[in-house]
Amino acid sequence: MMEAVAPIPPFERFYEERRDEIFGYLARLLGRDAAEDAFQETFLRALRGYAKLEHGRHLRAWAFTIATNVAVDTRRKAMPTEEPEEIAVTDARPPYAEIEHLVGELPPTERAAVVLRYGYDLSYDDIGAALDSSAEAARAAASSGVRRLRRRHT
Amino acid sequence: MTGVPEELDRRFREAAASEALLDVAYDVTESPIGPLLVAASDRGLCRISFDPEPEHELDALARAFGPRVLRSSAPVDRARRELDEYFEGKRQDFDLAVDLTPLPNFQRMVLEELVRVPYGHVDTYGGLAQRIGRPRAARAVGGALNRNPIPIVVPCHRIVGSTGSLVGYAGGLEIKEALLGLEGAILPG
Repeated sequence: MMEAVAPIPPFERFYEERRDEIFGYLARLLGRDAAEDAFQETFLRALRGYAKLEHGRHLRAWAFTIATNVAVDTRRKAMPTEEPEEIAVTDARPPYAEIEHLVGELPPTERAAVVLRYGYDLSYDDIGAALDSSAEAARAAASSGVRRLRRRHT
Repeated sequence: MTGVPEELDRRFREAAASEALLDVAYDVTESPIGPLLVAASDRGLCRISFDPEPEHELDALARAFGPRVLRSSAPVDRARRELDEYFEGKRQDFDLAVDLTPLPNFQRMVLEELVRVPYGHVDTYGGLAQRIGRPRAARAVGGALNRNPIPIVVPCHRIVGSTGSLVGYAGGLEIKEALLGLEGAILPG
């Protein structure tokens, strides 16, 4: 008999495995203060969706998806029309460190793709899943984000 | 990497429970017979475990009640308080709803009847079998009690052998003895 490959873990286990990196991710995107509210909203949304999951695959990407959406919503609420201002930055690591203080200038999808690829080392498959698109689209968003930063800052 | 501040973690766990998003909330509480894991569904108390390590219970709780299992103290506060009172000798009856819904019918019938055995009294496996109208099912009754998910509150410690021997207890015979001693129960035989 085949065992189910990826059963859905009890939420506690999922939460314990993901909470620190999701908090770090939100702090990079939003700054530490806004990240606190966004953190709670991210995991409450995860709980609301948890019973509807059909398997436990890609849960890490799923968590980043929700966090990305919450961060985008948060920033939209904070600055509905203005260009996004430079975001606060914590916990840098190279070589991402060289661009991370600039990613706040990028449109939301490119920003998330750049942060997930260069900051969290997610594969383009996972980023595609996190951004609700494909690996190709994720690669395109990340490289167009990097190109945009180069154009502006060289 | 930045860890989640403790206060933020606590706030999330509280919000998850107060927004009724959990299938099961659990916490670990201290008692004179050792730490206990106490869990509640939205229907009521659903698990007391003498093994307080959550990792040993999470999967079973998720299978029985749903995957949204999270440590959160408020939903089990009342059970915790009543258990404290029980162990202090100040409470004889638990005023708690229990959730036995995932159990097979026979086991549920046994446990629902068991709740009627009063504080400080004991009955036998055969006696309990008779009370549910299955006088020849004493062994099956023993099996049902052995898998009682809510010991102490659903008082399987009050069922003993017909000669007064303690026979068995999932938490260990010394705990069964301690609970009967606390209640001042007099054994038959």
